[in-house]
Amino acid sequence: MANKSREKFDNSVIEWIDSRLPLFTMMQKEYGVFPTPKNFNYFWNFGAIAMFMLVTMLLTGIFLAMNYTPHVDMAFDSVERIMRDVEYGWLIRYIHMNGASFFFIAVFIHIFRGLYYGSYKQPRELLWILGVVIFLLMMATAFMGYVLPWGQMSLWGAKVITNLFSAIPIVGDDIVTFLLGGFTVANPTLNRFFALHYLLPFVIFAVVFLHVWALHVTGSNNPLGIDVKSSKDTIPFNPYYTIKDSFGLLLFIAIYAIFIFYAPNYLGHPDNYIPANPMQTPPHIVPEWYFLPFYAILRSITFDFNIYILASLGLFALSISPLYCENIAKKINCLASIVFAIAGGALFVLGYLSQIDAENGGKIISLPFHDFAIIDAKLGGVLAMFGAIAMLFLLPWLDTHPVRSATFRPWFKIAVLILVVDFVFLGVVGGKPAEGIWPMAGLIATGIYYIFFLVICPFLSKYEKAKPLPESIHQAVLDKSGK
Amino acid sequence: MTDTIKSNNSDIPESEQRRDFLYLTTAGMGAVAACSVAWPFVKSMTPAADVLAVSSIEVDLTPIKMGQGITEMWRGQPVFIRRRTAKEIEMARSVDISSLRDKQTDEERVQKAEWLITMGVCTHLGCVPLGQKPTEARGDFGGWFCPCHGSHYDTSGRIRKGPAPKNLPVPEYKFITDTKIKIG
Ligand code: HEM
Ligand code: FES
Repeated sequence: MANKSREKFDNSVIEWIDSRLPLFTMMQKEYGVFPTPKNFNYFWNFGAIAMFMLVTMLLTGIFLAMNYTPHVDMAFDSVERIMRDVEYGWLIRYIHMNGASFFFIAVFIHIFRGLYYGSYKQPRELLWILGVVIFLLMMATAFMGYVLPWGQMSLWGAKVITNLFSAIPIVGDDIVTFLLGGFTVANPTLNRFFALHYLLPFVIFAVVFLHVWALHVTGSNNPLGIDVKSSKDTIPFNPYYTIKDSFGLLLFIAIYAIFIFYAPNYLGHPDNYIPANPMQTPPHIVPEWYFLPFYAILRSITFDFNIYILASLGLFALSISPLYCENIAKKINCLASIVFAIAGGALFVLGYLSQIDAENGGKIISLPFHDFAIIDAKLGGVLAMFGAIAMLFLLPWLDTHPVRSATFRPWFKIAVLILVVDFVFLGVVGGKPAEGIWPMAGLIATGIYYIFFLVICPFLSKYEKAKPLPESIHQAVLDKSGK
Repeated sequence: MTDTIKSNNSDIPESEQRRDFLYLTTAGMGAVAACSVAWPFVKSMTPAADVLAVSSIEVDLTPIKMGQGITEMWRGQPVFIRRRTAKEIEMARSVDISSLRDKQTDEERVQKAEWLITMGVCTHLGCVPLGQKPTEARGDFGGWFCPCHGSHYDTSGRIRKGPAPKNLPVPEYKFITDTKIKIG
């Protein structure tokens, strides 16, 4: 297609290849002269950093695989052999091990950037969704990778997570058996996890390709969130952003290197240096830090969804329905909404207390049918956890405010920052034992997470008045530098 | 050329219907073929014959003292065997069944009151509950405590508190002699 308008290259070898397969023309177009908004801040570095991390994981992983043995009797020892006997094995493993953490750091910041600057909005919805798909695949890959060294956390983490699927009604147990290749996490499981852990990063690579393709169709968003209007708003990717990305990447690598060389096990769990023992559960199972917020959401549902809880959810839905549908908004006014929300809250507390044991036996509040669980606590937790990720998929349709960047949306800005604090707090809760106030704290933080997506986003889309937008990126940049 | 074909087609709509039919059958057969090719691969992920091979174990109960428990390995998973004291049996039997999450009487769960035999796998997410060793926490109901997410089981292995939905399952077993059982 681009063949006809192709410009000739001076180097004859490049020209020979390019006239047959216009690779160089494509690179030139997409990464050389590619017009990029000129007002990027450092948040825009993290896509390139994530790409670097993916390549790092692929490379170190392939070299680890050359010395790793996926068998329950040998896996742990083969990893110890990598650490002690294989030349530079320790280095390759520490790069890979900490690489997973730093990959997630980069991707979390990358996702935050998208949230804050509204990069998920029209026309970038599909680009955003592909990103969430990558995030899911990454979680699956990291989870299976953590099983490979076959330490105590490997085994018990795998057990707890695969058992989540047993919450699915009727077919749950069969699904777990199918996933594990047996009745419990054992050799067939380790073997297939290794095969999939090898495969999935290449699938991620393919989806990243689609992600970047979609990016190059719509072009990048920018901190102002306004569209590029003329060539004055952009600069060529090379050399401006190649150099900015390289600079940010080097800083990132420097911090990453500090961990690799000076604190290689800081982010891990010491129990994973104890060989897996199917007869003994470690006293406190914690997943890797990057899963903690989702783990906290999973554990926050300690109660069954009985008729009271379900009815309260129904009332909540009714109370926010005017935000979603104009026809309903005509019938349910603001006051009615508030009444529904308060009634829902009261019913929720009743339904919750009806399941809590009182000091003197029985329940704190006794209600008829309180123990009739329509969705039991376990399935409830699983639904809440996957629902938390589903929120990300739905976000482009929950936040329909025409202004993208939080810079011009004072309320959204506060809400999104609260969401970040809430998410970090969920991470803290996920790392605590499920005792004392922690389950309740987790439940409240889970509530706030959902309220952001299901209530605040549509509410602000409807009512928030944005600050005036700058005329163009070019103008805003000039104004800022006082010219 | 194209014109003639077009006009031909619109003249004989029936031929289009036939063609649709051909498309649909081809696609249908293709789908059947794809599924039958996929099937062996899907099936290969289910437990293999050696994993399925039903194994059973025999356990000698004589060394277990009153109030003590032992853990045996069966099909790669722990089995709890506990010799209950009269007080523990009494605790398990005096409970109001309607107050239980997974309603089962103690009598349904044991063959001989003294011997409680259950899987040592928490029905929440599969951890091994604590309480077999005398030094371990046994939870609020004197049975087992699962440290993973805080499930409490009573002296009949029934779920009393915490997120687990079901009682500890009782495996298939029988008494070969008074002091020997066969599990599986
Ligand atoms: C998306 C990219 C990847 C992520 C997030 C990831 C994550 C992980 C994690 C968390 C571990 C456990 C590290 C430990 O505690 O020891 C691990 C281990 C391992 N990974 Fe990966 N990995 C990725 C790509 C790959 C690739 C492409 C391969 C092979 C081609 C690979 C091969 C291995 C091997 C052999 C181990 C076991 C050795 C060890 O535990 O250090 N990984 N991976
Ligand atoms: S696995 Fe036992 S409480 Fe969760």
